[in-house]
Amino acid sequence: MTGGDAILRSLEAEGVDVMFGIPGGAIMPTYDAMARGTAVRHVLARHEQGAGHMAQGYARASGRVGVAIATSGPGATNLVTPIADAWMDSTPLVCITGQVRSSLIGTDAFQECDITGITMPIVKHSWLVQDARELGATLKAAFHVARSGRCGPVLVDIPRDVQEATVDFSYPAEVDLPGWRPPTKVHPLQVREAARVIATARKPVLYVGGGTLNGDACAELLRLAEAGSLPVVTTLMGKSAFPETHELHFGWPGMHGAKWSNLALNSCDVLVAIGARFDDRVTGKLSAFAPGATVVHLDIDPAEISKLRDADIPVVGPLRTAVAALADEVARHRAEHAPVPETWLAQLRAWREQYPLRYGTSEEWLKPQQVLQSLQRLTAGSDVIVTTGVGQHQMWAMQYVLSERPRSFITSGGLGTMGYGIPAAIGAKAARPEAKVVCVDGDGCFQMTAQELVTATLEDLPIVVVLVNNAHLGMVTQWQDMFFDGRRSHVHLTSQLPDYARLAEAYGGVGMVVTDEAQLDAALAEALELDRTVVVDCRVDPAEQVFPMIPAGAAALDMLEYSDAGENMEVRAL
Amino acid sequence: MKHTLSVVVEDRPGALTRITTMFARRGFNIESLAVGPTERPGVSCITLRVDCTQHSLEQIEKQIHKLVNVLRVTELVAGEAVERELLVVRVSAAPEKRAELVTTAEALGGRLLDVGPDAVVLELTGTPEELDAFHELCHPYGILDLVRTGRIGVPRSSSRRRAPRRLAAIN
Repeated sequence: MTGGDAILRSLEAEGVDVMFGIPGGAIMPTYDAMARGTAVRHVLARHEQGAGHMAQGYARASGRVGVAIATSGPGATNLVTPIADAWMDSTPLVCITGQVRSSLIGTDAFQECDITGITMPIVKHSWLVQDARELGATLKAAFHVARSGRCGPVLVDIPRDVQEATVDFSYPAEVDLPGWRPPTKVHPLQVREAARVIATARKPVLYVGGGTLNGDACAELLRLAEAGSLPVVTTLMGKSAFPETHELHFGWPGMHGAKWSNLALNSCDVLVAIGARFDDRVTGKLSAFAPGATVVHLDIDPAEISKLRDADIPVVGPLRTAVAALADEVARHRAEHAPVPETWLAQLRAWREQYPLRYGTSEEWLKPQQVLQSLQRLTAGSDVIVTTGVGQHQMWAMQYVLSERPRSFITSGGLGTMGYGIPAAIGAKAARPEAKVVCVDGDGCFQMTAQELVTATLEDLPIVVVLVNNAHLGMVTQWQDMFFDGRRSHVHLTSQLPDYARLAEAYGGVGMVVTDEAQLDAALAEALELDRTVVVDCRVDPAEQVFPMIPAGAAALDMLEYSDAGENMEVRAL
Repeated sequence: MKHTLSVVVEDRPGALTRITTMFARRGFNIESLAVGPTERPGVSCITLRVDCTQHSLEQIEKQIHKLVNVLRVTELVAGEAVERELLVVRVSAAPEKRAELVTTAEALGGRLLDVGPDAVVLELTGTPEELDAFHELCHPYGILDLVRTGRIGVPRSSSRRRAPRRLAAIN
């Protein structure tokens, strides 16, 4: 067989069921091998960035490694954004890129670029395969590295002549990576110490990040929270790791998190970070974050321990094992009469009552929050996966859509990649065809990857795009209004151009327009009912701002809140 | 504070680049760098000198340790390791000054490598501090070229902490 065939046999041996890509010159021998037949479904994207985000959406929805494939040069560089996104959000991804012939490498040949060099700071590892006999072992290693330890992207760059070479293929049973030894065990003494501190805390909080989902530790987390009656806040990346309809869920921390959540973190005496990394969007001013709290930090990645906030009790290891052990220990403490923090839980409930999410309604405008609340009403309890772009709509989705099942909220948290939502939704649909997949998108984000709607229609991967259309780059507008004296600089996009509904139809989908609240529920219900790709263009109030807000670099207590007649309205009037 | 890190890596394309990229990416500056083979075929040792806080050092060690080609990261702690460096210098030396320069250099353990009409080439192997002193000594004569290899080292066999200090393992 050829090297191209060997690549496909390797993917089959890994159990890959879908890959996302676009052919081009340097990857043609592998696409020729696909034409000869493979068990792996290939989804033809319209842009390599789309293919990469689809692979990410697939990985995040399924918990398996996503696979993206592209040609050399521009094909490979178009994958850089998804690779960087996967790096920041620890998404397991194998990217396969074609490369010019070995004899041409280094000569500035047509469509040549040093993609292993370009991506070096944003991959866990990368390989330039120089001999077709190494393909099996390299791909085996690539999948192993992508999914073991802290998940993340890897890149395998394969010259055209390697894909064409004739090779006797065998897929190795073992990986040979003497330098790759991610933690596999958890230190029992650390767990015991952590459990003692947690169980005797008066004001404990579990601060749950995306590592909990990657570590497949959601059931164990539920057990831990319930065993100890421990309140849970989930970060944007941790959203869906814990059922948000559960009485122990207390919102989301950070810049646009709920006030009660940030008050909980600000006042806690024991902060238990589980697969979370003290990102600046969560902590705000680091020195004022959870002041005085004893920090227990559980993570698979030792480099996260004490990177930003010193951990008093680090627990390094696979989170599933770690959280399960912690749950057992905490349960034992509770059985031995370490009291449930009733007063603290009552305080959190009181804060939640006292400081709910608020926004003003208007005769004139549909409010974006109403769109998200309608989506929540219509999808509550059902098997739905929500993806988002990045910006105001993403924050409203975090606040108003309550995730109930693990891996049901997929968003670009670390890199903040606008345009992530649509392709990620398509990838999620490929992973979970039985689920209803909804992309909550902004009009700015939509226009960055809208071409992939045709991938959705032609590949029979229907998604519902709920377009929160405020005719602006909304988050930038909000910052200009709040922090740049209202000087609007290149943020206006217009609400009716392009005509999003007709664009949806042009791509083979269904388009709808919603301009007031009366139409909203019926339109969304119909969109969710149809088994087709639908864009619901919701024309919302362009002046609406996301609250609460902790300005960048500020402390939790400096939070700005919505007020119907207060200073925020004055800010808006500027 | 200055620290010396000894990083044992698989000798693969890009192994060094991945380490230096990580330094650049996280804003750590490398003061000296020496790379060479070890007693094991296919395994190289990279010795790095960095000026950073203890907190940064722990971050560096943990980040390096995560790289796939890295087999071991050890800090060579002052007093518990033997460190050496090689200096080669071309010094301006007119014939009447030459004898004095060579004698002084040899008294410090330097060696004469080459003699030209107006200059000599000297080498010295020693601790980085000895090389600093030698550098100073050559200075008044007029240094035409000076290169240093960057330090290399191994833990002392008499060191009480025989096991490599691996901060990467937190637990």
